Amino acid sequence: MSQKVLLTSKEMNIILHRLACQLVENHNNLENSVLIGIQPRGVYLAHRIEKILEEEYGLTGIKLGHLDITFYRDDFRRSDKPLEANKTRIDFVVEDKRVIFIDDVLYTGRSIRAALTAIQSFGRPKEIELLTLIDRRFSRHLPIQPDYNGRQVDAINEEKVKVNWQENEGEDAVYLISK
Amino acid sequence: MSELSVDHLLGIKYLKKEDIELIFQTADHFKEVINRPIKKVPSLRDVTIANLFFENSTRTRLSFELAEKRLSADVVNFSAASSSVKKGETLIDTVNNILSMKVDMVVMRHPNPGAGIFLSKHVNASIINAGDGAHEHPTQALLDSYSIREKLGEVAGKKVVIVGDILHSRVALSNIFALKLQGAEVKVCGPTTLIPKYITSLGVEVETNLRKALEWCDVANMLRVQHERMDISYFPSTREYVQLFGVNKAILDSLDKEIVVMHPGPINRGVEITSDVADSDQAIILDQVQNGVAVRMAVIYLLASKIKQL
Repeated sequence: MSQKVLLTSKEMNIILHRLACQLVENHNNLENSVLIGIQPRGVYLAHRIEKILEEEYGLTGIKLGHLDITFYRDDFRRSDKPLEANKTRIDFVVEDKRVIFIDDVLYTGRSIRAALTAIQSFGRPKEIELLTLIDRRFSRHLPIQPDYNGRQVDAINEEKVKVNWQENEGEDAVYLISK
Repeated sequence: MSELSVDHLLGIKYLKKEDIELIFQTADHFKEVINRPIKKVPSLRDVTIANLFFENSTRTRLSFELAEKRLSADVVNFSAASSSVKKGETLIDTVNNILSMKVDMVVMRHPNPGAGIFLSKHVNASIINAGDGAHEHPTQALLDSYSIREKLGEVAGKKVVIVGDILHSRVALSNIFALKLQGAEVKVCGPTTLIPKYITSLGVEVETNLRKALEWCDVANMLRVQHERMDISYFPSTREYVQLFGVNKAILDSLDKEIVVMHPGPINRGVEITSDVADSDQAIILDQVQNGVAVRMAVIYLLASKIKQL
């Protein structure tokens, strides 16, 4: 097993600021928009973006929710290992809101497909956008593309992209791991 | 642990402590789901479940059906009163006929103890026991423990007294297994005629004085007097039973702590507990009913995930 650094802490920092900046460009003060971090790994990214929006752009009252998609996945009873659920925490209605899905790595697009179904349980959003840190292009199974993208990566199927966060793994970095 | 150690839920006796923890963790997620504006997830789209009720039930059957529908499973219902059982068909034949119509899971209530275990050995489907005679009623015990955990933080170390007709109660037996497994202390309380002779072999104590039992406990689980299962007279009169084993507000208020009152339903108001107790803040009877749906969703979901597809 070997691993290669795709993004260093410094590069990640620049990208996170750019993504936050792009959100402000499109959503102004996020008054009518909500951030939804996809469980489990998208939540870290969502909180990081929220922090930048608050600190750099002085935004307050940002609505941020956690969405777990386990019960909406299309591989229930098909995958070898049992699916483990995480907490969903959305304490607002998304009806008529502009929803921004936030996830760390976009790979096949199946998670986002599940998230699109899951979010309907909380109302009918006005629109849904997708923000990802890493886009593994050429590996999509579904017609889903990000609206805000950190870095495009060409990785073959056996390779794995791992995003580490300061608050969880003790460092900010993105690795490409091959077997 | 992320998978149950069993393929069927036949009784609490066959579960491990970790199984119960997994069911509760999963139920936490489903409890959040059933409090959403849209209370449904698509997980079990391709699973068909038959509810076979060879004995009457309103609450359990409704609870199972709601749990199944909120997981998007296809549901068929069957009750013995209107079936070929009356024409002399055997249990295995009845169930195999239903399974040949491609049913993946069977929820069964049956008047005979062990009916679910018998069935699990002879048919090819996941079986959930929804009550078999006076033997076990595992989902009721799970939702009772889940409700205690929700109200008091944890089950381990808590003192629970089960009051009433222990002899005829599958709820009592399943509850004893579940509570002991999770490290709670259990006493049973009731007329000596309604307490099985060897109950202490399960590690529970017998207390025939209701007041002493209530003073000792954190939780009182009040069981219904099952007149329909009593072939002979076990106590002189209902009035005498109420005086000795009925809980009223005056007894609760005279205790030096506030205990939690539970009841698996249906309540005989004025017998096991009075109306003012049933409707008080100390009673968590309606929480039990709500938790029942979440816990049953968890059980069905976890068992369904073990049915390998294709």
